[in-house]
Amino acid sequence: MSVKLKALKRSIWLFHFNSGSCNNCDIEIVDCLTPRYDLERFGIKLVGSIRHADVMMVTGFVSRQAAPRLKLLYEQAPKPIFVVAVGTCACSGGIFAPSYNMAGPVDKIIPVDVYIPGCPPKPEAIIMGVVKLLSKLK
Amino acid sequence: MNWLFNFIVFPGFIFTAAIGMLASWFDRKLTARVQWRVGPPVLQPLYDFVKLLGKETIIPKGSFGTFVLAPISSLVSVTIVSTMIWNVMLWPERGFVGDLIVTLYLLTIPSIALIIGGAVSRNPLASLGVSREIKLLLSYELPFIIAMFVPVIKAGGSIKLGDLLTYQWENGLFIGSWSGAIAFACVLACIQAKLAYVPFDIPEAETEINNGPLIEYSGTPLAIFKLSRWMLLFVLPMFVIFMFMGGISLHGWHILWGILKYIMILGFVILVKVTNPRVRIDQALKFFWWGVTPLAIVAIILAFVGV
Repeated sequence: MSVKLKALKRSIWLFHFNSGSCNNCDIEIVDCLTPRYDLERFGIKLVGSIRHADVMMVTGFVSRQAAPRLKLLYEQAPKPIFVVAVGTCACSGGIFAPSYNMAGPVDKIIPVDVYIPGCPPKPEAIIMGVVKLLSKLK
Repeated sequence: MNWLFNFIVFPGFIFTAAIGMLASWFDRKLTARVQWRVGPPVLQPLYDFVKLLGKETIIPKGSFGTFVLAPISSLVSVTIVSTMIWNVMLWPERGFVGDLIVTLYLLTIPSIALIIGGAVSRNPLASLGVSREIKLLLSYELPFIIAMFVPVIKAGGSIKLGDLLTYQWENGLFIGSWSGAIAFACVLACIQAKLAYVPFDIPEAETEINNGPLIEYSGTPLAIFKLSRWMLLFVLPMFVIFMFMGGISLHGWHILWGILKYIMILGFVILVKVTNPRVRIDQALKFFWWGVTPLAIVAIILAFVGV
């Protein structure tokens, strides 16, 4: 395993994008950083700018307004960038799947590495998803 | 060759970077403990740095030279300050007349590099952060320099770092007198703003303007900016210890006392950071110009009287 990859695995910076979610998954993502779960133990932290990010967490079914912006953000990110779809809506569209303003789900717009289903997924599930992403990296 | 070794290895780059990373870890760990979290491992800053070196570097169109030179100039100026201070601390006869003024100038360069780097990155949030950084620089620089006059006056008008240090070793520390203590308090408020730590982190307010000037930085330039920020976390408290608390002496048990001084100042800065909300830029300006500056002027008058 190269030094670069080893360092990347220990220092994942998350960027969080809401593509029309009901805000429930977003609350659960922020929950992971609270004292009870404390993801900073593993070097994981939330950043505000996509230019600093290693992992993009996308929540919500992708609305037609959000789709071009999601694509733009993915192109603006410095590579390597990994995408995690958080919540049932982001994975498959959920109850919004037959709706007229849906452009997603996420994997229709950008490539997705890990899917975390749940409405909303528990913080444990989100952490497990991130761990699966880390064990996938080669 | 000696000066090259000085600059790159011992008091210079590698030494300062190592201690700066340790200080940054201490910062994050203490913050985490205050918030009842566990906090990151010791090598976390090193992981962050190496990871950022391995990421893709994106440079905004038409701004190549300045965009890359800004972080490098920030890093180099912090390294020079550290080299000068440690050289004088270990061998007080080294240094030249006026090196105090050179140090004060070099300590403003990290902020100016941030201003320039943010301004060329063509991002509205970055330009907002830049304008705030300029206002903050104007507000804290005045009391900082006025307070730095106090040791100079007390040491009989010498502007050589070595003279200030030997004066303190012979006649007692500056912080022990009334004027020195007041000036020390002013300088502590100013280094909080110089480090852009929480009551005064207005330029890079993470929750409103997403790191401000740093928003367009990625990969290696971001790593260099972060590293220079961590090194500043070591250099600024060290400069304050040097000016007011007689520096760190490396003879026997004195080294422990020196480390304790550094940890006390760093811990104080971090505790202020984690227990305070952010102020607005106009409040910061009022605080520094109408609160800290008159206090620093009082300290100067007291120093002239000889208290």
